[in-house]
Amino acid sequence: MSDTSRKMDPSRREFMSRAGAAAGAAAIAPGVFLTAPAAAKPLDQPVTSDKRWGILVDTNKCADGCSACVSACETENGWGSAVDSEQRSSPQQKAQWIRKVQIREKATGYVTTLPLMCQHCETPPCADVCPTGASFRRADGIVLVDKHICIGCRYCMMACPYKARSFNHQDLKDQKPWAPRGKGTVESCTMCVQRVDHGGTPACVEACSAENHNALVFGDLHDENSQISQQLKKHGGKEIRGDLDLNTGVRYRGL
Amino acid sequence: MARSAMLRRLGGALTALLLALPLAATGEGEVLPFSNLELAEPQRHFSATQECVEPEDEMRRNHMEYILHQRDETMHEGVRTRQYSLEECINCHASKDDSGEYIRVEDTRHFCATCHTYAAVKIDCFQCHADVPVRESSLHSRQTGASPHRAAQAAPAQPSGMTLQLMAAEDNPQ
Repeated sequence: MSDTSRKMDPSRREFMSRAGAAAGAAAIAPGVFLTAPAAAKPLDQPVTSDKRWGILVDTNKCADGCSACVSACETENGWGSAVDSEQRSSPQQKAQWIRKVQIREKATGYVTTLPLMCQHCETPPCADVCPTGASFRRADGIVLVDKHICIGCRYCMMACPYKARSFNHQDLKDQKPWAPRGKGTVESCTMCVQRVDHGGTPACVEACSAENHNALVFGDLHDENSQISQQLKKHGGKEIRGDLDLNTGVRYRGL
Repeated sequence: MARSAMLRRLGGALTALLLALPLAATGEGEVLPFSNLELAEPQRHFSATQECVEPEDEMRRNHMEYILHQRDETMHEGVRTRQYSLEECINCHASKDDSGEYIRVEDTRHFCATCHTYAAVKIDCFQCHADVPVRESSLHSRQTGASPHRAAQAAPAQPSGMTLQLMAAEDNPQ
């Protein structure tokens, strides 16, 4: 049976055992770990904390005026311009799972653009404030809304520092079977969990590569040899609002 | 005096009412409530060669338990087996109308709606989930036999004696 009452946020106990494991692993030899190499998860097995999915955004490669990631997300998950829904909602109310943000430096006029979506925090404020447990963090680090439990109170939308969540105001029709959405519930980027569970890559990352921009890298942050970990190790990557100590799964380079 | 007169009048009125009642009940063109309600028969999709994921009587009574269980496992644990997924229910049970269009859930001919309309059970699955097939079924190609619930080639379960009695009663209404 599935245990939906299980706490998803890391407790002190978990932290201590992880710290212990890290110390133990480090004691063997530098760079040598007692973990198996990454393999695709069998479909009938639950996700584990062996993996932590993340996305690294290189803002230097993110092209001004390109919104391929946003369109790809719309098409994949069936929101925004990809579907003929939310006709009666104002632009401010309409769903926005991922948005392009432009930053202009006042002194120099230098413009940076970047995609902003759910940052998949390790300690997500949305899950903290959720009164029903609908907002939760999966064992592999993906933050989701269980719309079966969501009562639509929108506390999570207020708690999120990234404005990453949207609320559905009207009846929807013809949703994608792999991305159910409905009136009265909150939704946000799922890191294309339906693709990730089948060993795939999020739609935004795929679209960015297809445009030859390669500004987005998806991978396992716990795997030392993954492309994302290698790049983070080499060039570093910042968290937006790092002062909040949320340990986000989405990192930015060039900010 | 006034009280007895009132009682007499009340008695008269009651007698008149009782006499009038049978006349009203046998009136011409009378329609009983719900007697003109038309309900479509659920379309049968399964035979000896093609079974549902569980025996038919089991699915009739407990389909919601299977879907609920799968829902939590998929949502919270990322288990992506297709055995009891709602999408596969729809892929198999969806039927088309005369013009070749899939029947939507608002129509009482939709497989789920046939029973739920009759039983007056209001379900909200389809406020979020697709009520018609969108992509090809991957149930059989993805079924590896590693499912924790049921192997790919499980022996068909025997319905219990009580279930058989219930089924017989359903098939031969007295």
